[in-house]
Amino acid sequence: MIARPYGDTLDDGAVQLSFTLPIPEGAQGREAARQLVEKWNFDQVEIVHSHALSDKYSFYVAYAHTKVGIDMDSIQVEEATGETVYSMDESNEIIKAKIGRKLVIVGACTGSDAHTVGIDAIMNMKGYNHHFGLERYPEIEAYNLGAQVPNEKLIDYAEKVGADAILISQVVTQKDIHIKNLTEFIEILQARGLREKYIILVGGSRISNKLALELGFDGGFGKGTYADHVATFVIDRLLEKQQG
Amino acid sequence: MSTGYTPKLRLPLDKIERARHLAADIAQPVEDFIADHTTVTVERATLRLAGASGANSEGVPVPNIIVDQVRDKLENGALLPYVNALVRTGYTTQQLNEAIAGGLNISSLPLGEKAAISAKSQELVQSFAQKVSSQRQKRSDLQKEFGQGNHSPLLYVIVATGNIYEDVEQARSAACQGADVIAVIRTTAQSLLDYVPFGPTTEGFGGTYATQENFRIMREALDQEIPKQGRYIYLTNYASGLCMPEIAAMGAIERLDMMLNDSMYGILFRDINMYRTFVDQKFSRMINSYAGIIINTGEDNYLTTSDAVEKAYTVLASQFLNERFAYNAGLPARLMGLGHAFEMDPSITNGFLLEFAQALMAREIFPEAPLKYMPPTKWMTGNIFKGHVQDAMFNFISQATNQGIHLLGMMTEAIHTPFMMDRGLALENARYVMNNMKDLASEIEFNPNGIIVSRAHSVLDETLAFMEQLQQIGLMEAMERGLFAEIKRPRDMGKGLEGLQEKGPDYFNPFETFLKSELKLSE
Repeated sequence: MIARPYGDTLDDGAVQLSFTLPIPEGAQGREAARQLVEKWNFDQVEIVHSHALSDKYSFYVAYAHTKVGIDMDSIQVEEATGETVYSMDESNEIIKAKIGRKLVIVGACTGSDAHTVGIDAIMNMKGYNHHFGLERYPEIEAYNLGAQVPNEKLIDYAEKVGADAILISQVVTQKDIHIKNLTEFIEILQARGLREKYIILVGGSRISNKLALELGFDGGFGKGTYADHVATFVIDRLLEKQQG
Repeated sequence: MSTGYTPKLRLPLDKIERARHLAADIAQPVEDFIADHTTVTVERATLRLAGASGANSEGVPVPNIIVDQVRDKLENGALLPYVNALVRTGYTTQQLNEAIAGGLNISSLPLGEKAAISAKSQELVQSFAQKVSSQRQKRSDLQKEFGQGNHSPLLYVIVATGNIYEDVEQARSAACQGADVIAVIRTTAQSLLDYVPFGPTTEGFGGTYATQENFRIMREALDQEIPKQGRYIYLTNYASGLCMPEIAAMGAIERLDMMLNDSMYGILFRDINMYRTFVDQKFSRMINSYAGIIINTGEDNYLTTSDAVEKAYTVLASQFLNERFAYNAGLPARLMGLGHAFEMDPSITNGFLLEFAQALMAREIFPEAPLKYMPPTKWMTGNIFKGHVQDAMFNFISQATNQGIHLLGMMTEAIHTPFMMDRGLALENARYVMNNMKDLASEIEFNPNGIIVSRAHSVLDETLAFMEQLQQIGLMEAMERGLFAEIKRPRDMGKGLEGLQEKGPDYFNPFETFLKSELKLSE
């Protein structure tokens, strides 16, 4: 099946766009914006709104149509967790029945990143959006070390508490600072000969599983992730290890 | 904003008064500790007030070089050797700064005549006083001429590009779109640096370094916008982290108008040692008060880690404590931008009413404070269209409860630091909502048995119970046990503890003495 954007008729290819240009608002600006959208291979371009953001910048809202479609058979997704995601109760049952001991999970927001919102959503008792966090799981000992934790310290802590898995949250991604930080984490783990000892996961609104795997992590989690997804991944991976 | 307003929530005045008494009791042991201590950054701030500035070829700031040179005698304060060096060498402050940056060690100079040092110190204090009072005068003149163009509440936006020159472009555009307040967000790691970088900066992550030169560059740009926009444009930065008082000192000199400045935020959310923070916040607030800078407190942060419905009382309790610590540092209520936030789960039935109740409660309990109301962040998602509506709901409450400082929500909150157009749309949203319902507040009354009134009463009751508990166990113990924001902070842990110093019997700080006398604080 070929999929195209849908406005009000199948295959009409309708999209909405908004953007800023570093030019003054006016007739010339609107025409420039229209031609620009055409250059992106859209047709039937309409600039439906524009206004000045200052005497040097202007804002545009455009509607346009595309003929480009995508063949759904060619799309492979690489989500860290598959179709099955365990609920908190299911996770606890599986841990008790198949692993037979409490899991230990350590998490932190590392490097200079001060935003704990991601790691808190996954780990704190309360969780997020009616999905309890890992601290709430009776069969998981969860340690949330908070923000601005140096990579070295996080690893030391994982060693101290005998962690099964290490979670890293990265929210600030400006100028790819997270890539440098995550790469450093892997390098330290490898230098200390600990890479295979832990399941290591990274999460954040701009993190994908694909990126995580490229950087040498076991999995990556982006938007829409809850503790359920993370617990499921850790449990499945531990079970694989047991069998392996 | 308090004139002609009749309270609508019927909050019992005796309970509010009880809470203020408790706040004073809770703060007192902390104040006693503060009185006997200084810190490396309090000393560096003092040096900055005296004129110490610049950096050596490796970028180490002159105030840091001085404090490192005299660290083993810091119980006497760092100003004494600096003033002594001025007297000994006959240099101007600038010449001395250059000499120190070039390698001069002032701790090796023998101490000279006390009278000469004292006279020189008074000269430096006077020069600081003149600088700051001329900045206050300039602010007051500009506000007289252009203040009627400002919105109420003040519309507050952030810029955060990392590059001060790009920030200027963004700030000018925001001013053009109607912003009253521009806050330059700091680069993400700055709160944990035990020094303030020197000079203009163009590299930062999620924000821009707070440096004195960056302050000056942005102030100059905003001053150019004031007559163009017919509105006073407030400049905001962050007197928080390990260099709280130094940033306040820089802000006083460069005419910042607001500073994020909380008595406990650094302890809870940046793991800065509590002794260090308590000592630092006091001196920073004395400087802010003297410079006429409005502080913004950080209660909104409690609700990003804890639940906004269940833990509303921690916000109100913290407001009472921030108010008390601020009074103790000489700040009048009109400079207290006490913080709170619109952070409830949007799926809660009648959640809007609960938010309304809490915002109005804060307004009625702190009638003179320019309350700083923070937008939804925790429940913002990639659905920017819904986010824009969440922000509109927030805008409505802010206007309907007469908040003082309104931090604009961005529909892209969960995605990135704001694009220029995000900020423009947020300003358009706020101006539309607020103008369209401008005088609603004076039109509405509340059902005395309804959800809104009941909610405000129950939060006040919970706050009192919590504060009674704080009074019994003590504030520091409460923070060790994790009673705020569910975060535990042992008193002997945390960053910056090594920079704490007990004052000796000969502690010398004529700037502190001057500020206390100007602010009518007892020694």
